[in-house]
Order: sequence, then C-alpha cells, then structure tokens
Amino acid sequence: MNSMISNLFSRYQLTHMLILALLLVVVLPLSMDIFRLNLVGKYLTYSFVAIGLVLCWGYGGILSLGQGVFFGLGGYCMAMFLKLEASTPEATAIQSTPGIPDFMDWNQLTELPWFWQPFHSFGFTLLAIIAVPAIFALIVAVAMFKRRVGGVYFAIITQAVAAILTILIIGQQGFTGGVNGITDLRTLHGWDIRTDSAKYVLYFVCVALLFGCLFAAKYVINSKLGRLLVAMREREDRVRFSGYDVSAFKIFIFCLAAVFSAIGGAMFTLQVGFMSPSFVGIVPSIEMVIFCAVGGRLSVLGAVYGALLVNFAKTTFSESFPELWLFAMGALFIGVVMAFPNGLAGVWSSQVEPRIKALFNKPGRTTPAATNSTSAPAATPAESFNPEEPSHARG
Amino acid sequence: MFADYTSSELLSIFAMQGFAGLILFSVFVLMALGLAIIFGQMGVINMAHGEFMILGAYMTYLTSHVFENYLPASIYGMYFFIAMVIAFFAAGALGALVEWAMIRHLYKRPLDTLLATWGLSLILQQLYRTIFGTREVGVTLPDWLMGSYALSDSIEVPINGLFVMALTVVVTVGVWLMMQKSRLGKQTRAVVQNRPMAAAVGINTAKVDRLTFALGCGIAGIAGSAFTMIGSTGPTSGQLYIVDTFLVVVFGGASSLLGTVASAFTISQAQSTMEFFLSGSMAKVLTLLVVVGILMLRPQGLFSLKMRK
Repeated sequence: MNSMISNLFSRYQLTHMLILALLLVVVLPLSMDIFRLNLVGKYLTYSFVAIGLVLCWGYGGILSLGQGVFFGLGGYCMAMFLKLEASTPEATAIQSTPGIPDFMDWNQLTELPWFWQPFHSFGFTLLAIIAVPAIFALIVAVAMFKRRVGGVYFAIITQAVAAILTILIIGQQGFTGGVNGITDLRTLHGWDIRTDSAKYVLYFVCVALLFGCLFAAKYVINSKLGRLLVAMREREDRVRFSGYDVSAFKIFIFCLAAVFSAIGGAMFTLQVGFMSPSFVGIVPSIEMVIFCAVGGRLSVLGAVYGALLVNFAKTTFSESFPELWLFAMGALFIGVVMAFPNGLAGVWSSQVEPRIKALFNKPGRTTPAATNSTSAPAATPAESFNPEEPSHARG
Repeated sequence: MFADYTSSELLSIFAMQGFAGLILFSVFVLMALGLAIIFGQMGVINMAHGEFMILGAYMTYLTSHVFENYLPASIYGMYFFIAMVIAFFAAGALGALVEWAMIRHLYKRPLDTLLATWGLSLILQQLYRTIFGTREVGVTLPDWLMGSYALSDSIEVPINGLFVMALTVVVTVGVWLMMQKSRLGKQTRAVVQNRPMAAAVGINTAKVDRLTFALGCGIAGIAGSAFTMIGSTGPTSGQLYIVDTFLVVVFGGASSLLGTVASAFTISQAQSTMEFFLSGSMAKVLTLLVVVGILMLRPQGLFSLKMRK
C-alpha cells in the first residue's frame, strides 16, 4: 500500500495534500464556530465540482457549463430521501393527504409520484446519487462525443441542458417543490441533521469524501488515461490516428466529473438542509467553472482552494457591498482568463515556490508547474510542453 | 387537446399564436444575426451579447426621454429612427473597445473567451443597475405605432409588432447584402475561410476582426432598440435570451445566415404555438429539448457550409 502511494504521488505532492488535510481537519475546526465551519463545509461541496472540472476541462479540454445539473441531481436525490423521511403520516397529519411531502399537498397531488417511491430506501438513494447523474452524463456524452462534437458547441449544449432542467424543476412544482426547492429536511434515519454535533460529523464526512475524490482524481491524472487526456486536448486527431478511441476517454472523464459533482450535491443537501433550482441553472454552473479557474484548471488541490477562496470572498463581499460583488466577480472572470490562465496554482508554482526554494536553498526540483507533474523524475512527454496555454477547443 | 375548440377558433388561435411567434421570431433573428456574425464567422463566443442588446434598449429609452422632454411633441414620432442609429453606434463602439481590450488576445482560446465575456456581462449588468436602477424601464410608443389592425373578428395584429417585423426584414436583407457584396463582407468571409492567405493578399485581418465584432454588437444594439417596442427593459433582460439565441445560431448551422433565420422561425413558432396549449415553462422545455435532441443527431445544424477543414 505504502509503495503504491509513493509510486502514485511524489513526496512533494503528498506534502501539499497533508497541508490541505491539516487545514481542513485540524486548523479550521479548531478556529471556527460551527456556523462558520458549516459554511466551509458548504463551500467544500462546490470543490467536488471544481475537481471534476479540473479533470474534464483542465486536462480533457471539455468545458461543461452544466455541472450544476449533476450537482443538482445528486442533491435532489438526497433531498428526496430526506423529505420522504420528514413526511411521515404523523408529521403531516394536518395535510389533506397525509404522508406525502408538503409541497405536493399544496399542489393538489393526492399520491406520491412513481419516481419518488424508490427513494424510501436509503440504499437506493445512495445508488441513485451516483447512478442518476452518471447515466444522464453518459447519455449526453455519448450523443455528443461519438459525433465528435466538442469545444464551444459542447459548452453551449450543456448550458442549454442546465437551462432546461431548471425550467423543468421550477415549472413542475408539484413534483419537485418548484422554485423553493425541497426544504425543511430534518432527519437521516432518525438522526437529526440540524444539530451542531451532526453538523460536525457531516463536515468531517464531507472532508473524507473530498479526499477520496482528490485521490481518485490524482490517480486518473497520473495514470496513462491522464496523459491521453492531455494529448487529446492538444492534438485530438493525432491521438485518434494513433488508434485510440478518443470519444470513449472523453465520455469516461465527463461521467467521472458528473459523479464527483453529484457527491458534492448530496453533501450540500445534508449540510445546508435544502436543495433548490438556484444551484442547478446556468449562473451557478458557470460560477463553478470560475472556482476551478481561480484555483488553477490544472491542479486538483488548487480547485479546492479556489472554491474556498471565491466563496469566502463572495460571502464577505455580498454581505457588506452587494453592488461591488458583481463587479468583482466580473473582474475575476476577466482577470483570471487574461492574466492568470493557470490560476492560483500557476501563480504558486511559478512565483511563490521558486522563492521559497531559494530561501531554503534546496537543490534540484525547480520544474515549473511542479504541482501538476507526476512523481517521475523526468517530465513525461505529455508534460514536457508548456501547459501555460492549453488550446482546448477545436471544431 | 384540440377537442374543446371549434375549427374556426383553432384557426384564429393558430393565427394569433403564430403572430406572437413572429414577434418572438423577429427578436430572435435580430439578436441571432449579430451572434451569427460574431460566432459563425469569427468563432468567438460572446456571452455578453445580451448586454449589448440591452445597451441598445437603454439608448433608445434615453433618446425617447430626450425627445419627450426637450424637443417639440410634433417630432416625437420620429425618435425611434434616431434612437436606432444611436443604439447601433453605441453598441458598436463598445464592441470595438471590447475587441481591442479583451477578445483579440483570446482568439486562440475560444473557451476562455466564453468565460471572459461572461465576466464582462456581469460587469455590464451591474453597471446598468447602478445607472438606470433595478426597475424595468419602458418607452412611450408614438401614436403611429399604437393600436392594432383587425384582420377579422377574432384575429387582430398589433402595429408595433408589424413594425418590428418589417425592421427585422430590412436589417436581415441589409446584413445579407453586406456580407455578400460589400468590401467588409467579402474581407470577413475571406478571413474566415483562410486567415493566412487573406493576410497574404493584403487584408488587414486584425482590422477586419475588430470591424466584424463591432458590427455584430451594433446589430445587437438595433435588436435592443426594437425590443423596447414590444417589452420593457431591465438590467438582466439580456440574459434571458442569450441561451435561446445561442441555440438558434447553433441550430441553424453556425456560419449560415439563412440557417439562422430558418432556425429562429422554427424555434419561435414551435414555442409560441405550444405555449397556448401547455404551460409556458413546459413549452419552453419541450422546444429546447427538441432542439438539443436534433443537435445531438445533427451537430452541424440545419444548414451547414460544405467546407474542408
């Protein structure tokens, strides 16, 4: 096991992982009250999406503007289970039809729709959180990538999918809770998720899952698949001519990103206590892209920091200067794209790190973009060219 | 769903909804024309296109305000034509500025243009909110645009709708002629087809890029101007249309103006006809779903140029 890890990650990368782990597991829980820590947990759920985007956008060159869809699907699956548990016949005795969720009663529904039925089971719910977004992503990806649609067309189609799902959720309020979403979630198997102790537990579960996703993402990036993704991003035709089935790799990475987002969505529902279409649509989806871009589109750890920082900034700014926030957000989009295409991770590895090294005067290890490189001592072909300006979209 | 209506009622429903669809079609076409030029010809995704449109709408609002308060009432009826010219040049000038400051650095990174222009759209929205307030503003229509024209007992067509449609036809024909006949149009097409060769024969490709982008934004300004005729304008009105418009352009086949017009017609008619029988949101969901479905089967869109890549 130990040797496997050291094969996968250099000591250097492990150090970065450990720093993040220390920050999330020790420093933040000790220095913050539960309200703030719960907020951090909420921000961390976005970093699941950002990690997925690093894989499919940063490495694969597939920009999806519809990751909110998968975040939402995961979140809604979880919310449906919790809502059913909260709507026991005893708790909803005052409704004209007891035993169904309150918003269904308000919309004159008299029985539970068929697609809500299986969500009585927790096992099914856990399966659905992974399977529903994955199958949905599979359908979209197969349809698009098998026909070699990519680049900006894919971005626009995913954006349209996000728009469709939002309108559908809002329009069908009897089945989905409409614009308010599914609210008033209380217990998970009788365990009250609104108490402080539950929030602590959920926060640590979230961090654990996050590290699971981080390791999975690192594993993919350092595997042969990761190299192929970079090669496809740069010269898709040459990879195809070399005999690889390009679309299969794209489909896989898109589905993996969708599953990460869905896990994030489910944890979001648990920690925040509701799910609504305002986390599904076009605007949240594109904001999730900016979390990833700020952190660095080629760095999974950067994505986590990006999601945390942008959301902290958003909360702080929009509390005190709501007008300035949109200006700042807009400037952030433009600035990151024009000046720092590799985000914070890029700035770190090109500016900060060399200085730290000079300070300690450690010999060796001066490759730029070291945060992203594998443990191999020499740069592999995929990384030997400058990842500074990935030329993703073609076609 | 047709059983509750008599056949003559159905006819007038289809006629009225068809006409409502035609107005939606006009707005789609005007917005999509600018996008088709920018996206289809240059390959640049301009997510701030809706905000350029709204700039045109606000310019029209300001012009009407000036005419209403500072100029004699007799010439108020003329304000729209002047407003349209102002809207075109204001949006075009902003477009040229944006191209110079931002877009030209990103031509090799189309996905990044998308993010950067999204940022621009956020800034513009907040700017409009700061200047014009969050409330939607509307213009007073001049007398000659008021009222409606009765075709039969049950079918009436509003005159402002007719005017917007006529305007759409004029602008579309104008853009088409310009792309086919004018010097800039020919240069644009040359640059799109083969940039190095176009540069080799002496076309200033950077200048053509800037003018094309400015032109696309200018047409969005005109679209905004026309938009004030049929609805009120708020800081976020542009965003409501941007996804639809992109779908219109992609559905039509990105580099074909004819395709853009045809797909705008299909989408708007489908939506407004279904709106009568279903709820508005379901009509929209179904329309978008069908469009996305067709795009999955035929990614190049309805009309596509046969071109070697």
